[in-house]
Amino acid sequence: MTQLFGIPVAVILGQLMLGLVNGSFYAMLSLGLAVIFGLMRVVNFAHGAFYALGAFAALLGLQKLGIGYWPALVLAPLAVGALGILVERLLLRHLYQLDPLYGLLLTFGLALMVEGSLHQLFGSSGESYPVPAQLQGVFNLGFMILPIYRAWVILASIIVCFSTWFVIERTRLGATLRAATENAPLLQAFGVNVPLLVAATYGGGVALAALAGVLSAPVILVNSDMGSSLVVVVFAVVVIGGMGSILGSIVSGLALGMIEGLTKVAYPEASNIVVFVIMALVLILRPAGLFGRE
Amino acid sequence: MTVEFLRVSDLHAFYGESHILHGVDFTVNRGEVVTLLGRNGAGRTTTLKALLGLVGSRSGSVMINGREAIALPPHRIAHLGVGYCPEERGIYACLSAEENLLLAPPVGSGGLSLAELYAMFPNLAERREIQGTRLSGGEQQMLAVARILRTGARLLLLDEISEGLAPVIVQALARTIQALRERGYTIVMVEQNFRFAAPLADRFYVMEHGRIVEGFAAAQLPGKMAMLHEFLGV
Ligand SMILES: Nc1ncnc2c1ncn2[C@@H]1O[C@H](COP(=O)(O)OP(=O)(O)OP(=O)(O)O)[C@@H](O)[C@H]1O
Ligand SMILES: [Mg+2]
Repeated sequence: MTQLFGIPVAVILGQLMLGLVNGSFYAMLSLGLAVIFGLMRVVNFAHGAFYALGAFAALLGLQKLGIGYWPALVLAPLAVGALGILVERLLLRHLYQLDPLYGLLLTFGLALMVEGSLHQLFGSSGESYPVPAQLQGVFNLGFMILPIYRAWVILASIIVCFSTWFVIERTRLGATLRAATENAPLLQAFGVNVPLLVAATYGGGVALAALAGVLSAPVILVNSDMGSSLVVVVFAVVVIGGMGSILGSIVSGLALGMIEGLTKVAYPEASNIVVFVIMALVLILRPAGLFGRE
Repeated sequence: MTVEFLRVSDLHAFYGESHILHGVDFTVNRGEVVTLLGRNGAGRTTTLKALLGLVGSRSGSVMINGREAIALPPHRIAHLGVGYCPEERGIYACLSAEENLLLAPPVGSGGLSLAELYAMFPNLAERREIQGTRLSGGEQQMLAVARILRTGARLLLLDEISEGLAPVIVQALARTIQALRERGYTIVMVEQNFRFAAPLADRFYVMEHGRIVEGFAAAQLPGKMAMLHEFLGV
Protein backbone atom coordinates (compact mmCIF):
# COMPACT_ATOMS: atom_id res chain seq x y z
CA MET A 1 0.00 0.00 0.00
CA THR A 2 1.26 3.51 -0.85
CA GLN A 3 2.50 5.42 2.14
CA LEU A 4 3.37 9.00 2.97
CA PHE A 5 5.62 9.56 6.00
CA GLY A 6 4.81 6.01 7.02
CA ILE A 7 1.06 6.56 6.94
CA PRO A 8 -1.08 4.84 4.31
CA VAL A 9 -2.30 7.40 1.76
CA ALA A 10 -5.79 5.90 1.96
CA VAL A 11 -5.94 6.74 5.66
CA ILE A 12 -4.79 10.30 4.99
CA LEU A 13 -7.38 10.81 2.26
CA GLY A 14 -10.07 9.32 4.46
CA GLN A 15 -9.29 11.71 7.32
CA LEU A 16 -9.11 14.62 4.90
CA MET A 17 -12.61 13.75 3.73
CA LEU A 18 -13.98 13.50 7.27
CA GLY A 19 -12.17 16.72 8.11
CA LEU A 20 -13.92 18.34 5.18
CA VAL A 21 -17.28 17.30 6.63
CA ASN A 22 -16.40 19.02 9.92
CA GLY A 23 -14.99 21.94 7.96
CA SER A 24 -18.35 22.28 6.19
CA PHE A 25 -20.00 22.98 9.53
CA TYR A 26 -17.21 25.33 10.59
CA ALA A 27 -17.59 27.25 7.34
CA MET A 28 -21.36 27.67 7.57
CA LEU A 29 -21.22 28.73 11.20
CA SER A 30 -18.25 31.06 10.90
CA LEU A 31 -19.82 32.62 7.81
CA GLY A 32 -22.89 33.69 9.80
CA LEU A 33 -20.70 34.96 12.62
CA ALA A 34 -18.57 36.94 10.18
CA VAL A 35 -21.58 38.57 8.51
CA ILE A 36 -23.11 39.49 11.87
CA PHE A 37 -19.84 40.79 13.26
CA GLY A 38 -19.06 42.73 10.09
CA LEU A 39 -22.31 44.66 10.13
CA MET A 40 -23.21 44.84 13.80
CA ARG A 41 -19.87 44.53 15.62
CA VAL A 42 -21.64 41.96 17.78
CA VAL A 43 -19.67 38.88 18.72
CA ASN A 44 -22.61 36.53 18.62
CA PHE A 45 -21.94 34.03 21.37
CA ALA A 46 -25.46 32.66 20.92
CA HIS A 47 -24.49 31.23 17.54
CA GLY A 48 -23.95 27.73 18.90
CA ALA A 49 -27.30 27.87 20.67
CA PHE A 50 -29.07 28.79 17.43
CA TYR A 51 -27.25 25.91 15.73
CA ALA A 52 -28.57 23.57 18.42
CA LEU A 53 -32.05 25.07 18.08
CA GLY A 54 -31.95 24.29 14.36
CA ALA A 55 -31.22 20.64 15.08
CA PHE A 56 -33.86 20.45 17.83
CA ALA A 57 -36.42 22.14 15.59
CA ALA A 58 -35.83 19.44 12.97
CA LEU A 59 -35.99 16.70 15.60
CA LEU A 60 -39.18 17.96 17.22
CA GLY A 61 -40.71 18.69 13.85
CA LEU A 62 -40.19 15.06 12.92
CA GLN A 63 -41.30 13.58 16.23
CA LYS A 64 -44.30 15.80 17.02
CA LEU A 65 -45.50 17.06 13.65
CA GLY A 66 -44.21 14.50 11.20
CA ILE A 67 -42.26 17.13 9.27
CA GLY A 68 -39.55 15.32 7.33
CA TYR A 69 -35.93 16.20 6.66
CA TRP A 70 -36.38 18.14 3.43
CA PRO A 71 -39.08 20.53 4.62
CA ALA A 72 -37.16 20.90 7.90
CA LEU A 73 -34.14 22.06 5.94
CA VAL A 74 -36.20 25.14 5.01
CA LEU A 75 -38.62 25.49 7.93
CA ALA A 76 -36.18 25.18 10.82
CA PRO A 77 -33.87 27.97 9.59
CA LEU A 78 -36.93 30.14 8.91
CA ALA A 79 -38.27 29.61 12.42
CA VAL A 80 -34.90 30.13 14.09
CA GLY A 81 -34.18 33.13 11.87
CA ALA A 82 -37.48 34.68 12.96
CA LEU A 83 -36.48 34.08 16.57
CA GLY A 84 -33.15 35.78 15.81
CA ILE A 85 -34.96 38.84 14.43
CA LEU A 86 -37.01 38.96 17.62
CA VAL A 87 -33.84 38.81 19.73
CA GLU A 88 -32.30 41.63 17.69
CA ARG A 89 -35.38 43.85 17.85
CA LEU A 90 -36.14 43.26 21.53
CA LEU A 91 -32.66 43.00 23.04
CA LEU A 92 -29.57 43.52 20.93
CA ARG A 93 -30.56 46.82 19.34
CA HIS A 94 -30.46 48.57 22.69
CA LEU A 95 -26.76 47.83 22.99
CA TYR A 96 -25.33 49.27 19.77
CA GLN A 97 -24.47 52.59 21.41
CA LEU A 98 -22.45 50.78 24.07
CA ASP A 99 -19.14 48.96 24.07
CA PRO A 100 -19.29 45.78 21.89
CA LEU A 101 -18.55 43.82 25.05
CA TYR A 102 -22.19 44.22 26.08
CA GLY A 103 -23.42 42.45 22.94
CA LEU A 104 -21.03 39.62 23.66
CA LEU A 105 -22.26 39.32 27.25
CA LEU A 106 -25.91 39.44 26.22
CA THR A 107 -25.53 36.74 23.59
CA PHE A 108 -23.43 34.66 25.96
CA GLY A 109 -26.24 34.86 28.51
CA LEU A 110 -28.77 33.93 25.84
CA ALA A 111 -26.69 30.91 24.88
CA LEU A 112 -26.62 29.73 28.50
CA MET A 113 -30.39 30.18 28.79
CA VAL A 114 -31.18 28.34 25.56
CA GLU A 115 -28.79 25.49 26.28
CA GLY A 116 -29.95 25.22 29.88
CA SER A 117 -33.57 25.04 28.76
CA LEU A 118 -32.80 22.40 26.13
CA HIS A 119 -30.95 20.41 28.76
CA GLN A 120 -33.86 20.73 31.16
CA LEU A 121 -36.43 19.69 28.55
CA PHE A 122 -34.58 16.94 26.72
CA GLY A 123 -31.94 15.68 29.13
CA SER A 124 -28.31 15.21 28.29
CA SER A 125 -28.22 11.83 26.57
CA GLY A 126 -29.05 13.13 23.12
CA GLU A 127 -31.22 11.69 20.40
CA SER A 128 -30.41 10.49 16.94
CA TYR A 129 -32.09 11.82 13.82
CA PRO A 130 -32.60 9.38 10.95
CA VAL A 131 -30.69 9.85 7.72
CA PRO A 132 -33.26 10.70 5.03
CA ALA A 133 -34.08 7.75 2.76
CA GLN A 134 -32.73 9.42 -0.38
CA LEU A 135 -29.30 9.88 1.19
CA GLN A 136 -28.76 6.50 2.79
CA GLY A 137 -25.99 4.23 1.63
CA VAL A 138 -22.35 4.80 0.85
CA PHE A 139 -19.95 5.75 -1.93
CA ASN A 140 -16.94 3.52 -2.31
CA LEU A 141 -14.18 5.95 -3.18
CA GLY A 142 -11.51 3.24 -3.24
CA PHE A 143 -9.51 4.82 -0.45
CA MET A 144 -12.51 5.00 1.84
CA ILE A 145 -16.19 4.27 2.25
CA LEU A 146 -17.95 7.62 2.33
CA PRO A 147 -21.53 7.69 3.55
CA ILE A 148 -23.66 9.49 0.97
CA TYR A 149 -25.08 11.74 3.66
CA ARG A 150 -21.65 13.10 4.54
CA ALA A 151 -20.94 13.81 0.89
CA TRP A 152 -24.26 15.71 0.84
CA VAL A 153 -23.20 17.78 3.83
CA ILE A 154 -20.05 18.89 2.01
CA LEU A 155 -21.99 19.67 -1.15
CA ALA A 156 -24.79 21.52 0.66
CA SER A 157 -22.32 23.57 2.68
CA ILE A 158 -20.35 24.58 -0.39
CA ILE A 159 -23.56 25.58 -2.19
CA VAL A 160 -24.83 27.57 0.81
CA CYS A 161 -21.49 29.28 1.45
CA PHE A 162 -20.94 30.14 -2.18
CA SER A 163 -24.48 31.50 -2.58
CA THR A 164 -24.05 33.66 0.50
CA TRP A 165 -20.73 34.91 -0.78
CA PHE A 166 -22.32 35.64 -4.16
CA VAL A 167 -25.21 37.60 -2.66
CA ILE A 168 -22.90 39.68 -0.51
CA GLU A 169 -20.13 40.35 -3.03
CA ARG A 170 -21.97 40.42 -6.35
CA THR A 171 -25.52 41.75 -5.94
CA ARG A 172 -27.13 45.12 -5.28
CA LEU A 173 -28.45 43.87 -1.96
CA GLY A 174 -24.95 42.77 -1.04
CA ALA A 175 -23.53 46.16 -2.04
CA THR A 176 -26.03 47.76 0.34
CA LEU A 177 -24.99 45.37 3.09
CA ARG A 178 -21.30 46.07 2.54
CA ALA A 179 -21.97 49.80 2.52
CA ALA A 180 -23.86 49.49 5.81
CA THR A 181 -20.82 47.72 7.25
CA GLU A 182 -18.60 50.61 6.19
CA ASN A 183 -20.78 53.65 7.00
CA ALA A 184 -24.31 52.92 8.18
CA PRO A 185 -25.48 56.44 9.18
CA LEU A 186 -24.78 57.83 5.71
CA LEU A 187 -26.52 54.88 4.10
CA GLN A 188 -29.55 55.57 6.25
CA ALA A 189 -29.45 59.22 5.24
CA PHE A 190 -29.70 57.99 1.63
CA GLY A 191 -33.02 56.36 2.51
CA VAL A 192 -32.04 52.77 3.31
CA ASN A 193 -33.92 51.33 6.26
CA VAL A 194 -30.77 50.35 8.12
CA PRO A 195 -32.48 49.08 11.29
CA LEU A 196 -34.46 46.65 9.14
CA LEU A 197 -31.31 45.62 7.29
CA VAL A 198 -29.55 44.94 10.58
CA ALA A 199 -32.42 42.85 11.93
CA ALA A 200 -32.63 40.88 8.69
CA THR A 201 -28.89 40.30 8.69
CA TYR A 202 -28.93 38.96 12.23
CA GLY A 203 -31.89 36.76 11.31
CA GLY A 204 -30.05 35.56 8.20
CA GLY A 205 -26.81 34.78 10.05
CA VAL A 206 -28.69 32.91 12.72
CA ALA A 207 -30.72 31.03 10.09
CA LEU A 208 -27.43 29.84 8.57
CA ALA A 209 -26.47 28.44 11.97
CA ALA A 210 -29.84 26.68 12.20
CA LEU A 211 -29.38 25.25 8.71
CA ALA A 212 -26.03 23.85 9.80
CA GLY A 213 -27.85 22.42 12.82
CA VAL A 214 -30.40 20.59 10.64
CA LEU A 215 -27.65 19.27 8.37
CA SER A 216 -25.74 17.99 11.36
CA ALA A 217 -28.71 16.27 13.01
CA PRO A 218 -28.30 12.94 11.14
CA VAL A 219 -24.54 12.71 11.77
CA ILE A 220 -24.38 13.56 15.46
CA LEU A 221 -26.48 13.02 18.55
CA VAL A 222 -28.83 15.97 18.85
CA ASN A 223 -28.19 17.28 22.36
CA SER A 224 -28.15 20.50 24.32
CA ASP A 225 -24.36 20.83 24.31
CA MET A 226 -23.85 20.33 20.59
CA GLY A 227 -23.49 24.06 19.98
CA SER A 228 -21.28 25.09 22.85
CA SER A 229 -18.60 22.55 22.03
CA LEU A 230 -18.56 23.57 18.37
CA VAL A 231 -18.81 27.32 18.75
CA VAL A 232 -15.46 27.63 20.49
CA VAL A 233 -13.71 26.12 17.48
CA VAL A 234 -15.79 28.25 15.15
CA PHE A 235 -14.73 31.43 16.91
CA ALA A 236 -11.13 30.38 16.41
CA VAL A 237 -11.93 29.85 12.71
CA VAL A 238 -13.38 33.36 12.45
CA VAL A 239 -10.31 34.85 14.11
CA ILE A 240 -8.02 32.92 11.76
CA GLY A 241 -10.01 33.96 8.68
CA GLY A 242 -10.21 37.57 9.79
CA MET A 243 -13.13 38.96 11.79
CA GLY A 244 -15.83 40.02 9.39
CA SER A 245 -14.25 38.50 6.27
CA ILE A 246 -16.75 36.45 4.25
CA LEU A 247 -14.30 34.61 2.06
CA GLY A 248 -11.90 34.20 4.98
CA SER A 249 -14.47 32.43 7.09
CA ILE A 250 -15.46 30.03 4.30
CA VAL A 251 -11.93 29.13 3.26
CA SER A 252 -10.54 28.84 6.76
CA GLY A 253 -13.57 26.83 7.89
CA LEU A 254 -13.04 24.20 5.22
CA ALA A 255 -9.24 24.29 5.50
CA LEU A 256 -9.14 23.98 9.27
CA GLY A 257 -11.51 21.02 9.15
CA MET A 258 -9.05 19.27 6.86
CA ILE A 259 -6.03 20.28 8.93
CA GLU A 260 -7.75 18.80 11.97
CA GLY A 261 -8.33 15.61 9.97
CA LEU A 262 -4.69 15.41 8.98
CA THR A 263 -3.58 15.98 12.55
CA LYS A 264 -5.72 13.03 13.58
CA VAL A 265 -3.54 10.71 11.52
CA ALA A 266 -0.22 12.42 12.08
CA TYR A 267 -0.44 13.18 15.79
CA PRO A 268 -3.87 12.34 17.19
CA GLU A 269 -3.15 13.87 20.62
CA ALA A 270 -3.00 17.33 19.03
CA SER A 271 -6.13 17.12 16.89
CA ASN A 272 -8.29 18.94 19.44
CA ILE A 273 -5.91 21.83 19.86
CA VAL A 274 -4.41 22.30 16.42
CA VAL A 275 -6.99 24.95 15.49
CA PHE A 276 -6.13 26.97 18.59
CA VAL A 277 -2.40 26.67 17.97
CA ILE A 278 -2.97 28.03 14.47
CA MET A 279 -5.13 30.78 15.91
CA ALA A 280 -2.36 31.78 18.30
CA LEU A 281 0.16 31.84 15.45
CA VAL A 282 -2.14 33.91 13.24
CA LEU A 283 -2.77 36.37 16.07
CA ILE A 284 0.95 36.82 16.55
CA LEU A 285 1.94 37.03 12.89
CA ARG A 286 -1.12 38.63 11.27
CA PRO A 287 -3.52 39.90 13.93
CA ALA A 288 -6.21 40.94 11.41
CA GLY A 289 -6.52 37.32 10.28
CA LEU A 290 -5.51 35.66 7.02
CA PHE A 291 -8.14 37.44 4.95
CA GLY A 292 -8.76 40.46 7.17
CA ARG A 293 -7.85 44.01 6.24
CA GLU A 294 -4.98 45.28 8.35
CA MET B 1 -44.81 81.87 -7.36
CA THR B 2 -42.69 81.06 -4.33
CA VAL B 3 -43.49 77.86 -2.52
CA GLU B 4 -41.69 77.05 0.69
CA PHE B 5 -39.85 73.72 0.42
CA LEU B 6 -37.89 73.73 3.66
CA ARG B 7 -38.69 75.58 6.88
CA VAL B 8 -36.39 75.14 9.84
CA SER B 9 -37.59 76.68 13.10
CA ASP B 10 -35.86 76.80 16.48
CA LEU B 11 -33.65 73.84 15.61
CA HIS B 12 -31.42 72.66 18.44
CA ALA B 13 -28.88 69.88 18.00
CA PHE B 14 -26.67 67.98 20.40
CA TYR B 15 -23.75 65.60 20.12
CA GLY B 16 -23.98 63.78 23.42
CA GLU B 17 -23.68 66.54 26.03
CA SER B 18 -22.47 69.23 23.63
CA HIS B 19 -25.18 71.64 22.59
CA ILE B 20 -24.16 72.70 19.04
CA LEU B 21 -27.18 74.36 17.42
CA HIS B 22 -29.01 76.95 19.50
CA GLY B 23 -32.27 77.61 17.69
CA VAL B 24 -31.57 77.75 13.96
CA ASP B 25 -34.27 79.39 11.78
CA PHE B 26 -34.31 79.63 8.01
CA THR B 27 -36.44 78.85 4.98
CA VAL B 28 -35.70 77.70 1.46
CA ASN B 29 -38.19 78.09 -1.39
CA ARG B 30 -38.75 75.57 -4.13
CA GLY B 31 -36.18 75.95 -6.89
CA GLU B 32 -33.93 78.21 -4.84
CA VAL B 33 -30.20 77.90 -4.26
CA VAL B 34 -29.41 78.97 -0.70
CA THR B 35 -25.94 79.15 0.77
CA LEU B 36 -25.01 78.81 4.42
CA LEU B 37 -21.90 80.84 5.16
CA GLY B 38 -19.93 80.93 8.38
CA ARG B 39 -16.59 80.43 10.01
CA ASN B 40 -15.10 77.04 10.75
CA GLY B 41 -17.07 75.46 13.54
CA ALA B 42 -20.06 77.80 13.17
CA GLY B 43 -22.38 74.79 12.89
CA ARG B 44 -23.18 74.59 9.17
CA THR B 45 -22.36 70.90 8.78
CA THR B 46 -24.26 70.22 11.97
CA THR B 47 -27.27 72.06 10.53
CA LEU B 48 -27.35 69.78 7.47
CA LYS B 49 -26.89 66.71 9.65
CA ALA B 50 -29.60 67.86 12.01
CA LEU B 51 -32.02 68.21 9.07
CA LEU B 52 -31.36 64.55 8.29
CA GLY B 53 -31.47 63.30 11.87
CA LEU B 54 -27.77 62.42 11.87
CA VAL B 55 -26.93 64.20 15.13
CA GLY B 56 -27.11 62.74 18.62
CA SER B 57 -30.43 64.41 19.35
CA ARG B 58 -32.38 67.40 18.07
CA SER B 59 -35.47 69.45 18.78
CA GLY B 60 -37.48 72.19 17.11
CA SER B 61 -39.18 71.87 13.75
CA VAL B 62 -38.01 70.81 10.29
CA MET B 63 -40.76 71.06 7.67
CA ILE B 64 -39.79 69.43 4.37
CA ASN B 65 -42.26 69.77 1.53
CA GLY B 66 -45.04 70.34 4.03
CA ARG B 67 -44.17 67.39 6.27
CA GLU B 68 -42.80 67.63 9.82
CA ALA B 69 -39.54 65.66 9.88
CA ILE B 70 -38.22 66.33 13.37
CA ALA B 71 -39.38 62.98 14.77
CA LEU B 72 -38.65 60.87 11.69
CA PRO B 73 -35.64 58.50 11.41
CA PRO B 74 -33.07 59.44 8.73
CA HIS B 75 -34.27 56.95 6.12
CA ARG B 76 -37.81 58.33 6.27
CA ILE B 77 -36.50 61.88 5.92
CA ALA B 78 -34.59 60.90 2.78
CA HIS B 79 -37.86 59.63 1.31
CA LEU B 80 -39.34 63.13 1.62
CA GLY B 81 -37.11 63.82 -1.38
CA VAL B 82 -33.82 64.81 0.24
CA GLY B 83 -30.35 64.06 -1.14
CA TYR B 84 -27.21 64.55 0.97
CA CYS B 85 -23.65 65.12 -0.12
CA PRO B 86 -21.54 65.06 3.07
CA GLU B 87 -18.49 67.18 3.73
CA GLU B 88 -16.19 64.14 3.69
CA ARG B 89 -17.93 63.00 0.47
CA GLY B 90 -18.84 59.61 1.86
CA ILE B 91 -17.58 57.51 -1.03
CA TYR B 92 -17.59 53.85 -0.02
CA ALA B 93 -14.25 52.08 -0.27
CA CYS B 94 -15.95 48.68 -0.42
CA LEU B 95 -17.85 49.62 -3.57
CA SER B 96 -16.82 50.39 -7.14
CA ALA B 97 -17.57 53.84 -8.56
CA GLU B 98 -20.68 52.52 -10.26
CA GLU B 99 -21.84 50.61 -7.17
CA ASN B 100 -21.49 53.88 -5.26
CA LEU B 101 -23.59 55.55 -7.91
CA LEU B 102 -26.30 52.90 -7.68
CA LEU B 103 -26.26 52.65 -3.89
CA ALA B 104 -28.91 55.15 -2.83
CA PRO B 105 -32.48 53.94 -3.39
CA PRO B 106 -34.99 56.13 -5.26
CA VAL B 107 -36.64 58.70 -2.99
CA GLY B 108 -38.74 60.41 -5.64
CA SER B 109 -39.64 60.30 -9.30
CA GLY B 110 -37.67 61.94 -12.07
CA GLY B 111 -34.17 60.92 -11.00
CA LEU B 112 -31.50 61.01 -13.71
CA SER B 113 -30.65 57.75 -15.43
CA LEU B 114 -27.17 56.25 -15.36
CA ALA B 115 -26.73 57.29 -19.01
CA GLU B 116 -27.69 60.91 -18.27
CA LEU B 117 -25.31 61.00 -15.31
CA TYR B 118 -22.45 59.59 -17.36
CA ALA B 119 -23.16 62.19 -20.04
CA MET B 120 -23.01 64.86 -17.33
CA PHE B 121 -19.84 63.45 -15.70
CA PRO B 122 -17.91 61.65 -18.47
CA ASN B 123 -14.96 60.89 -16.15
CA LEU B 124 -17.17 58.70 -14.03
CA ALA B 125 -18.16 56.61 -17.03
CA GLU B 126 -14.54 55.80 -17.77
CA ARG B 127 -13.81 54.94 -14.15
CA ARG B 128 -16.99 53.02 -13.34
CA GLU B 129 -15.22 49.77 -12.41
CA ILE B 130 -12.62 51.40 -10.15
CA GLN B 131 -12.88 51.22 -6.38
CA GLY B 132 -14.75 54.38 -5.31
CA THR B 133 -12.04 55.77 -3.05
CA ARG B 134 -9.37 55.35 -5.74
CA LEU B 135 -10.93 58.09 -7.84
CA SER B 136 -9.29 61.50 -7.70
CA GLY B 137 -10.70 64.04 -5.24
CA GLY B 138 -12.58 65.80 -8.02
CA GLU B 139 -14.02 62.56 -9.38
CA GLN B 140 -15.11 61.52 -5.90
CA GLN B 141 -16.89 64.83 -5.49
CA MET B 142 -18.64 64.41 -8.84
CA LEU B 143 -19.60 60.88 -7.78
CA ALA B 144 -20.99 62.15 -4.49
CA VAL B 145 -23.14 64.69 -6.33
CA ALA B 146 -24.15 62.32 -9.14
CA ARG B 147 -25.16 59.69 -6.59
CA ILE B 148 -27.99 61.82 -5.21
CA LEU B 149 -29.16 63.01 -8.62
CA ARG B 150 -30.05 59.44 -9.51
CA THR B 151 -32.51 59.13 -6.64
CA GLY B 152 -35.06 61.71 -7.69
CA ALA B 153 -34.31 63.85 -4.63
CA ARG B 154 -35.56 67.43 -5.15
CA LEU B 155 -33.86 69.02 -2.14
CA LEU B 156 -30.07 68.70 -2.30
CA LEU B 157 -27.94 69.34 0.78
CA LEU B 158 -24.38 69.95 -0.42
CA ASP B 159 -21.62 70.37 2.16
CA GLU B 160 -18.45 72.15 0.92
CA ILE B 161 -18.42 70.51 -2.48
CA SER B 162 -15.73 72.87 -3.79
CA GLU B 163 -13.35 72.24 -0.91
CA GLY B 164 -9.83 71.18 -1.78
CA LEU B 165 -10.41 70.87 -5.52
CA ALA B 166 -8.45 72.25 -8.47
CA PRO B 167 -9.90 75.43 -10.06
CA VAL B 168 -11.02 73.67 -13.27
CA ILE B 169 -12.96 71.13 -11.23
CA VAL B 170 -14.51 73.89 -9.14
CA GLN B 171 -15.63 75.58 -12.34
CA ALA B 172 -17.12 72.34 -13.63
CA LEU B 173 -19.01 71.95 -10.35
CA ALA B 174 -20.28 75.51 -10.61
CA ARG B 175 -21.65 74.72 -14.08
CA THR B 176 -23.26 71.59 -12.66
CA ILE B 177 -24.99 73.57 -9.90
CA GLN B 178 -26.14 76.09 -12.49
CA ALA B 179 -27.58 73.29 -14.61
CA LEU B 180 -29.34 71.75 -11.62
CA ARG B 181 -30.87 75.06 -10.71
CA GLU B 182 -32.20 75.41 -14.25
CA ARG B 183 -33.78 71.99 -13.83
CA GLY B 184 -35.61 73.30 -10.79
CA TYR B 185 -33.75 71.57 -7.97
CA THR B 186 -33.86 73.15 -4.52
CA ILE B 187 -30.34 73.39 -3.16
CA VAL B 188 -28.84 74.18 0.24
CA MET B 189 -25.08 74.66 -0.05
CA VAL B 190 -22.65 75.01 2.79
CA GLU B 191 -19.63 76.88 1.45
CA GLN B 192 -16.37 78.20 2.73
CA ASN B 193 -15.41 79.28 -0.80
CA PHE B 194 -17.33 82.52 -1.11
CA ARG B 195 -16.25 83.11 -4.72
CA PHE B 196 -17.73 79.76 -5.69
CA ALA B 197 -21.00 80.35 -3.88
CA ALA B 198 -21.57 84.03 -4.64
CA PRO B 199 -22.61 83.78 -8.32
CA LEU B 200 -24.72 80.64 -7.75
CA ALA B 201 -26.89 81.49 -4.77
CA ASP B 202 -30.27 83.22 -4.72
CA ARG B 203 -30.01 83.87 -1.02
CA PHE B 204 -27.44 83.67 1.75
CA TYR B 205 -27.56 82.92 5.45
CA VAL B 206 -24.68 83.54 7.80
CA MET B 207 -24.15 81.29 10.82
CA GLU B 208 -22.26 82.03 13.99
CA HIS B 209 -22.08 79.93 17.17
CA GLY B 210 -24.91 77.64 16.19
CA ARG B 211 -27.36 80.37 15.13
CA ILE B 212 -28.33 82.16 11.93
CA VAL B 213 -27.20 85.76 12.39
CA GLU B 214 -27.95 87.20 8.94
CA GLY B 215 -30.07 86.41 5.91
CA PHE B 216 -30.19 88.30 2.63
CA ALA B 217 -30.87 87.94 -1.10
CA ALA B 218 -28.23 87.92 -3.81
CA ALA B 219 -29.27 91.42 -4.92
CA GLN B 220 -28.32 92.77 -1.49
CA LEU B 221 -24.87 91.21 -1.65
CA PRO B 222 -22.88 94.39 -2.49
CA GLY B 223 -24.22 96.17 0.59
CA LYS B 224 -23.37 93.15 2.78
CA MET B 225 -19.73 92.78 1.84
CA ALA B 226 -18.46 94.72 4.85
CA MET B 227 -20.45 92.53 7.22
CA LEU B 228 -19.27 89.35 5.45
CA HIS B 229 -15.74 90.59 5.64
CA GLU B 230 -16.09 90.92 9.38
CA PHE B 231 -17.74 87.52 9.86
CA LEU B 232 -15.84 85.45 7.36
CA GLY B 233 -12.83 87.42 6.34
CA VAL B 234 -13.80 87.31 2.65
N1 LIG C 1 -19.40 64.53 16.33
C1 LIG C 1 -19.23 65.64 17.08
N2 LIG C 1 -19.19 65.57 18.43
C2 LIG C 1 -19.02 66.68 19.18
N3 LIG C 1 -18.89 67.91 18.68
C3 LIG C 1 -18.92 68.05 17.35
C4 LIG C 1 -19.10 66.94 16.48
N4 LIG C 1 -19.08 67.39 15.20
C5 LIG C 1 -18.92 68.72 15.28
N5 LIG C 1 -18.82 69.13 16.56
C6 LIG C 1 -18.66 70.52 17.02
O1 LIG C 1 -19.76 71.25 16.58
C7 LIG C 1 -19.37 72.56 16.20
C8 LIG C 1 -19.90 72.86 14.82
O2 LIG C 1 -19.27 71.99 13.89
P1 LIG C 1 -19.66 71.95 12.36
O3 LIG C 1 -18.92 70.81 11.77
O4 LIG C 1 -21.12 71.95 12.26
O5 LIG C 1 -19.06 73.31 11.84
P2 LIG C 1 -19.01 73.88 10.36
O6 LIG C 1 -19.70 75.17 10.38
O7 LIG C 1 -19.46 72.87 9.39
O8 LIG C 1 -17.47 74.17 10.18
P3 LIG C 1 -16.33 73.48 9.29
O9 LIG C 1 -16.94 72.46 8.41
O10 LIG C 1 -15.71 74.60 8.55
O11 LIG C 1 -15.40 72.93 10.31
C9 LIG C 1 -17.85 72.60 16.28
O12 LIG C 1 -17.51 73.27 17.46
C10 LIG C 1 -17.44 71.17 16.37
O13 LIG C 1 -16.32 71.03 17.18
MG1 LIG D 1 -18.56 71.75 7.98
